[in-house]
Amino acid sequence: MADIVLDQITKRYPDGALAVDKISMDIADGEFVILVGPSGCGKSTTLNMIAGLEDISEGELRIGGKVVNNKSPKDRDVAMVFQSYALYPHMTVRQNMGFALKLAKTPQAVIDEKVTEAARILDLTQHLDRKPANLSGGQRQRVAMGRAIVRDPAVFLMDEPLSNLDAKLRVQMRTEVSRIQRRLGTTMVYVTHDQTEAMTLGDRVAVMRSGRLLQVGTPQELYESPLNLFVAGFIGSPSMNFLPATAEDGKLRTPLGDIPLSDALRQALERSDASRDLIVGIRPENFEDASLVSADARREGITFRATIDVRESMGSDVYVYFATELGNSLAAAELQELAQDSGRADTGATGDTLVARLDAASRLQEGEDAELWLDARLVHVFEPGSGKNLALGASPAASPVS
Amino acid sequence: MATAATTSRQKVGWGTANLVVVALAMIPVLWMVSLSFKTPAAILDPSYFPSQWTWGNYSSILSTSQFIRPLVNSIGIGLISTFIAVLLACMAAYAVARLRFPGKSLLIGMALLIAMFPAISLVTPMFNIERSLGLFNTWPGLIIPYVAFGLPLGIYTLSAFFREIPWELEKAAKVDGATPFQAFVKVIAPLAAPGMVTTAILVFLACWNEFLFAISFTSTLASRTAPASMAYFSGGSVFTVPTGPIAAAAVVITIPIIVFVLFFQRRIIAGLTSGAVKG
Repeated sequence: MADIVLDQITKRYPDGALAVDKISMDIADGEFVILVGPSGCGKSTTLNMIAGLEDISEGELRIGGKVVNNKSPKDRDVAMVFQSYALYPHMTVRQNMGFALKLAKTPQAVIDEKVTEAARILDLTQHLDRKPANLSGGQRQRVAMGRAIVRDPAVFLMDEPLSNLDAKLRVQMRTEVSRIQRRLGTTMVYVTHDQTEAMTLGDRVAVMRSGRLLQVGTPQELYESPLNLFVAGFIGSPSMNFLPATAEDGKLRTPLGDIPLSDALRQALERSDASRDLIVGIRPENFEDASLVSADARREGITFRATIDVRESMGSDVYVYFATELGNSLAAAELQELAQDSGRADTGATGDTLVARLDAASRLQEGEDAELWLDARLVHVFEPGSGKNLALGASPAASPVS
Repeated sequence: MATAATTSRQKVGWGTANLVVVALAMIPVLWMVSLSFKTPAAILDPSYFPSQWTWGNYSSILSTSQFIRPLVNSIGIGLISTFIAVLLACMAAYAVARLRFPGKSLLIGMALLIAMFPAISLVTPMFNIERSLGLFNTWPGLIIPYVAFGLPLGIYTLSAFFREIPWELEKAAKVDGATPFQAFVKVIAPLAAPGMVTTAILVFLACWNEFLFAISFTSTLASRTAPASMAYFSGGSVFTVPTGPIAAAAVVITIPIIVFVLFFQRRIIAGLTSGAVKG
């Protein structure tokens, strides 16, 4: 049991490359924190620095109140689960799980007891005497978890532990990891590039990009009040729609129509002295089939017409994709990186396609010229240069990062 | 049916090719075995099988210290050289495979250079060095050059094996509380065992077969190895060539090699790293 404090942690490689840039974060005892971001954002490096597998160039790392910068992994009381599981192939499951305890010169009886207990929790009892080569992917993953559990460490570190499993098993193990963490109450730092995993697992999620920490908050905070364009686009699936907009006469002029500015937003715009060119972000669920919206609700937003390109029925909702004329395309660096990360840049899909998540009752068909409604109260407004969310002045829930 | 015909034709073709290769390799060996069983009078007899079988050649070489002592020297020098070379090569190869340090490429280059160096050019300077250091005609006098020439081979073979071992295993061991030495001994070394055995066999074979240094740096039975000792065999009279005893000795020194390879074959082939990571 221990809290972790990252104080201006920096990783600079000998060739001068800056992998992690002054990250500061307090992780409370027993908390489950997710580090999430696209590949190359420094999340694994950060985890390795917490584990002691990589040196910390600058800054201070404290685990349980003690500075551990110069301590080797074995003196930090951390356990780690690796993406490749890193099971010792020449040892049985039992030996794999007991290895750390054996190194710590724990009496054999205690080792046996702890391994048996962990095997019971993870449903591995009948596999204890097998070698990793003879186990399935899911079983290997559980052995890797077991190896961490038996040690009863102060901190669990997980480096994309589920990314080698197939989709169905991943969802199962996700629940399992969550259950185990709650049961053991151990502080856990979990690295993933999958925002769904991040949202479903963590008490708090830290979004990283290019070595910097962009925002730390509960999944709900990140979703509802992203501090900037990158967090907004990264969190949420399907991701947020972005449109170019200009602020004129107290309105946001967008390709979908004019969106009236709320007073708070107008003040925020004036305060921030932002240029008149802006980016508007709209979550897919903030659209609706106009025929399903009551007249009262209609007044809170705007309606517009669009041709439905593709309809995907998910059962509980319907996703519709539609194109608009965006005019000048969005050139923000964050958006390009997001497109690359999601693979959109490779598929050749243009940014002109928007996605809306409609009620399952919607009967809109592909090719239909449909009337859609947009909830104007929930639009996010970003400044293209800095990517800052200008609407945040209106919502006090934001948790700024120092 | 056409495919079946092709397959059987292919089988015949491959079988013939294999037979030719095996025959090319084996005929001289069998000829040597045959010679070793021939009586001195029948040595010049061109028939492939001896008309009269005799153990005479074997009993003559195994009954004198002229061959027994060199055999002991060969085994001793070979094993000690192999042990030292593999131990040093292990550490060097681990560093080459895992660490970044200044002069790494220089080290690899030097190792390769040593392996390529013609041994004959070193005989004279090394002879003088060994004489002045008092190493001439001693076991260390052969062990040291054997280790030196075994190392490049060992470093190359072992670093390839170390590179195959996922680095995350070592990280996992460190997080599990192992010191770097424990991580190496308990996790990396067992996984590299097939590589070590392979390297040991290769180094041992090189030492066992080595002739040039063995004949140059030895003068008596105190350190002369088996291949070198054959040059000193004498025939029945000064005018007789000791072909029979030499053939018998050659057979005797070939046997350990065959046993060695047969015994370790499975370990060389066994892929111990399977199952370490996904895939």
